[in-house]
Amino acid sequence: MSFDVQIRKRVNSANRSFELDVRFRTEARCTVIYGPSGAGKSLTLQAIAGLLKPDSGRIACDDEPLFDSGAGVDLPARARRFGFLFQDYALFPRLNVRQNIAFGLKRGWFNPSRNAADAAVDRWLRAFELTEVAGQKPHELSGGQRQRTALARALVAEPRALLLDEPFAALDPELRERMRDELQALLARIDIPMLMITHDPEDLARFGESRLLLRGGSIVSAGEALQNAKPAGQHNLKLV
Amino acid sequence: MDSSAWVALALSLKVAGWATLIDLVLGVACGWLLARKRFPGRDLLDAVLTLPMVLPPTVLGYYLLVLIGRRGWFGGWLNETFGIQLIFTWQGAVIAAAIVAFPLVLKAARAAFEGVDPQLERAARVLGLSEWAVFLRVTLPMAWHGILAGVLLAFARALGEFGATLMVAGSIPGKTQTLSIAVYEAVQAGQDSVADTLVGLTSITCIAVLLAAGRLSQARTAAT
Repeated sequence: MSFDVQIRKRVNSANRSFELDVRFRTEARCTVIYGPSGAGKSLTLQAIAGLLKPDSGRIACDDEPLFDSGAGVDLPARARRFGFLFQDYALFPRLNVRQNIAFGLKRGWFNPSRNAADAAVDRWLRAFELTEVAGQKPHELSGGQRQRTALARALVAEPRALLLDEPFAALDPELRERMRDELQALLARIDIPMLMITHDPEDLARFGESRLLLRGGSIVSAGEALQNAKPAGQHNLKLV
Repeated sequence: MDSSAWVALALSLKVAGWATLIDLVLGVACGWLLARKRFPGRDLLDAVLTLPMVLPPTVLGYYLLVLIGRRGWFGGWLNETFGIQLIFTWQGAVIAAAIVAFPLVLKAARAAFEGVDPQLERAARVLGLSEWAVFLRVTLPMAWHGILAGVLLAFARALGEFGATLMVAGSIPGKTQTLSIAVYEAVQAGQDSVADTLVGLTSITCIAVLLAAGRLSQARTAAT
């Protein structure tokens, strides 16, 4: 799994102008982009997912170009085959757990029915212990069930990689620690490449197999976690 | 009861119904545009589309005569090309009512769309949905109650339309004489009992519509 990202994006809001200029390449299974809020982490992740169009540059995943301003390539988000775990999970409030998970499997103009049978959905319901609550709406779930529903929804279509947008930032400290344990255990089971953005050093320590530090709109340093460090010259992560 | 009152009520419902249907389609489209897209002239468009809410209906009626009148620049073209005349027809009354009631749908639709979390739309896009599917499966279902409450208000407003309708469609009994115009005519002619009937009928219809609108907005609050 590799990400190759070189993008520029200028964002103008009412009272400030922000220049994003991010370049990195990583081949790690787990990459964490770490930085203070306002550093451009979210913009970077959204650009990779296809939710934000960079002004120029290129984004490639496993050498498949997803965006290339020079070649006029710009795959829409729906065609990039990423799983995306949103900060507040972004579960559809009017749909039950089963419908939320099945959401992306049905491409037409109507939502999946309340008890639509689907082998893949059933498998994820079982794997994440959600069968009991399959008929419930997101607001009736516990924090852990919500996270597992969002994760199942992102994974059911077998994406090429999982993008995580500050998955614990909205939680209170006690719950945050528990959700972190739970996510780490789940990710260990499902073996999928992932790219996480966070401003929390604890996330970096737990998930950052390879690490990118983003500050003021650009990557200022890159490296690997100690336990995964390889001899010099064999780094699988480098600044471009 | 006087059968002409029922004729006027039926005509009013027909005119208001068509006007509301037109407003629903255009109001949802424009409301979504204003809520979700940034483009030059957006504020101006918003102001122009809201104008019918504050302009006197007679001014709107005059604009409409200039536009779709027999010698108006659109009405003249319609007349010469297709032989269609809108002035003094119930279709003309529909256009007048639709324009007067339009801002009510627009405002409700815009507010309803702005209330939909864009994060949910992004989630749907990443999950593989086309833009149309995102709108039909995420945006519209979440905004629907708010839009519908606006639509009912627009229907009630269209039902009571008087000034612009009178100028554009006139007061032809059984053809363009809606309830509110019939009330005016009855009072002018000193037919108090006819006026009583018409006024009662109008009030009951509008109360029913408002009750329905109130129930819908309650359902919306309960769902969120």
